[in-house]
Amino acid sequence: MAAVTLLKTEGLRRRFGGLEAVGGVDFTLTAGEIRAVIGPNGAGKTTFVSLISGRVAPTAGTITFEGEDVTGLPEFKRVRRGIAYTFQITSVFPKLTVFDNAALAAQSALTGGAGFGHGATPAAIEARAMEALTRVDLASRREQAAGTLAYGHQRLLEVAMGLALDPKLLILDEPTQGLSDGEIEGFIALTRTIATHATVLLIEHNMKVVMDLADRITVLDHGKVLAEGTPAEIRANAAVQAAYLGGSA
Amino acid sequence: MSRAVLLHVGVIALLFALQFVLSDYHHLTLTRVMILSVYAIGFNVLFGYTGLLSLGHALFFATGLYAAGLSATYWGFTAPTAFAAGIAAGLAVSLLIGAVALRTTGVAFMIVTLMFAQAGHLATLYFGDITRGDEGIVLPEASRKFAMLGATVDLADAGLRFNLALVLLAVTIGVSLLIVKRPIGRVLIAIRENEPRTLMLGFDSFRTKLFAVVVSGTISAAAGAATALAFGYVGSTFASIQYSIYPLLWTLLGGAATVLGPVLGTLVMFHLVDLASGYTTASLLVVGVVLVLLVLFFPKGILGTVRARWLPWLP
Amino acid sequence: MTAAVLALMALGLSLVFGVMRVVNVAHGEFFMLGAVTAWAISHFVPGHPAVGFAAAFVGAPLVVGAVALGAERLVLRRLGHDPEATIVATIGLLFILQQLALTFFGPDARPVQAPFTYRVVFPWFGYSGYKLFVVAAAVALLVGAWFVLTRTKLGLVMRATQFDRETAQAFGIPVDTVYAAVFAVGAMLAAVAAVLIVPIQQAHYLMGLDPLLLSFIVVIIGGLGSLKGTMVAAVVIGLSDGVISVFFTPTLAKILGTLLVALVLVVKPGGLYGTAPR
Repeated sequence: MAAVTLLKTEGLRRRFGGLEAVGGVDFTLTAGEIRAVIGPNGAGKTTFVSLISGRVAPTAGTITFEGEDVTGLPEFKRVRRGIAYTFQITSVFPKLTVFDNAALAAQSALTGGAGFGHGATPAAIEARAMEALTRVDLASRREQAAGTLAYGHQRLLEVAMGLALDPKLLILDEPTQGLSDGEIEGFIALTRTIATHATVLLIEHNMKVVMDLADRITVLDHGKVLAEGTPAEIRANAAVQAAYLGGSA
Repeated sequence: MSRAVLLHVGVIALLFALQFVLSDYHHLTLTRVMILSVYAIGFNVLFGYTGLLSLGHALFFATGLYAAGLSATYWGFTAPTAFAAGIAAGLAVSLLIGAVALRTTGVAFMIVTLMFAQAGHLATLYFGDITRGDEGIVLPEASRKFAMLGATVDLADAGLRFNLALVLLAVTIGVSLLIVKRPIGRVLIAIRENEPRTLMLGFDSFRTKLFAVVVSGTISAAAGAATALAFGYVGSTFASIQYSIYPLLWTLLGGAATVLGPVLGTLVMFHLVDLASGYTTASLLVVGVVLVLLVLFFPKGILGTVRARWLPWLP
Repeated sequence: MTAAVLALMALGLSLVFGVMRVVNVAHGEFFMLGAVTAWAISHFVPGHPAVGFAAAFVGAPLVVGAVALGAERLVLRRLGHDPEATIVATIGLLFILQQLALTFFGPDARPVQAPFTYRVVFPWFGYSGYKLFVVAAAVALLVGAWFVLTRTKLGLVMRATQFDRETAQAFGIPVDTVYAAVFAVGAMLAAVAAVLIVPIQQAHYLMGLDPLLLSFIVVIIGGLGSLKGTMVAAVVIGLSDGVISVFFTPTLAKILGTLLVALVLVVKPGGLYGTAPR
């Protein structure tokens, strides 16, 4: 695949009161890659991806997606263009069934978010939702209320909702947090299959997951890009080690 | 046919059969209950399914009521045209109010809707030359007679009136069921449960909520127009704050976010008020007590509880 | 005149919303209850009208406060002060209080005699001494409330609870007690306003709705929950209410006012004076 730029941010800033959570980030994402964003707590990772997904408005800077400026678009329009975000704090619809959760995502993708179901039969929605649930191995629990799922399963449902949206860019915010080792193995395999037809932007603390999965890694510190490179380059980077790896890995 | 559809068809058939056994008094009460159930169903689309509590639905109800009543009185509209005018006015007003009020959320939405309805109520008093305010207007008899399929229909006829009310109720139940069962129903519930997440799934929640307000307001207006034409009277009371609270009460009692709950709630509440009228003239006291008891001890309402305990498939 | 009394009433509503984050739709009925109780007390206390009035001035707020306290304990607390459930419950309370007043007090409007009828005569016009007294009393009460809220430990506790319920609890503030007290005090402010106004305006079981809506207007314009904004807004609106009714009929003025305020809430959800919530 030729190196096509999928997403680009220029001078992206976000200030909360006196604190600059993201302080001028220039960032380029190539279509098809798995990119990990790492950094110490409070480095601005979640704010950064929230800016990309549109949950938070930037103080300054621009975001370009597929060559178009999306800085001013509300989040739902960005989702329709293909930027999907799975929440760090699990945020499925607890009272709805597992199936309805996935079906919401499926019908959004199939109908362009119209909600009324134009151009999508209930059968098509069901097929797509079930396909996503099957990929995360939750198909057998389709009638269970999502809130009664075990934590790890809720995280997987969250990923399934991301899958059913069939995004061009899937943002995973700490997807393995709270998962068991076995579940993490499964998650790594799953992410590889997702990456065959989507670009993945991953915020992750677990270094094993990052090193296994990421094509490139961006290190954020104090709201700025500290380093960027392949896993091998990042591992060898002295500045990164000082700021981050030295402490925790 | 699924068991849910079967159940609703059964309920409508039961209501149809009841007209042959009821006394005149109960026959009239049931006609009234059926028309007001339509109002409650409309309210429930917004409150039960979408999770938006409007404290000003009387505005929509009164819009339909006055559009039908005034056009019949002053422009000589007959019942079908006046009814259509009521629905059209309801559509326009709910679109306008929705577009403005939905810019707010939560408590502010409740207060804004309350204030719009209050302004509407005051307007019916202010234009007393036309509406005759609290005293109201009795519709001309001619407007309630119209030709249908070659025969003359007179809405003063109790039997006809009953069956037309039943038709309106059946259609409304159908619409409600359709919305709930279609993909749009799932989105409404998603907005109720977690609006930010719904946005992050790519849904334009503002437009979806506006859709809910318009459907809800238009159904309420249809109920208002039907009330005016069926009973031949329009007055300011129908625009007052009580008429914003009634559908809330009926819906809560019968079970919010169930298709038949509002109907059941309206029926039960009418009987409660009927019973209480033997003891006190302050019928609103019953309304107040039931409201407080419901939120305290019975927040799911009758059918909501039935669904949670026994019938999870109940729409 | 209206401005001062309105400010008292609105302050009560704003206090409850500010600290507890709930809207008390029954606030107008506490006002009505205050007026009706004032009538009852002054009616049954013999002697000079001033004695009856003084008794009502103390007694009515206490009665209303007790009723509010009961409602908070029995209903609102059990709802966990959930905003939506609370609004529904206070609507229920509105009907209960209103209809009980109808049952026991009757449908007629009844006057309370003013404690004195001295007329203050300025060179250019005469003015009822009682009306001046009302303004002075209301202003004194407002200043008192202001002092309590901003300068005392009690006020600090309230503001802390308003700011962050969990943290306040963690710091050992008895949040439940604060809520109960705030709700009762809010109702008592409405009752005091009612006692002051009832010699001018007669007690009636339906008198609660208008001041409730006016209070809503004040509280919204002032910024939901902002006490300072509430007071400024009350004065502005109380004065402009008089001005507006010079140009329009009272009903039209009410319609325009109501619409205007709804639009304010739409355009600036935080109110004109307050900061936007969240």
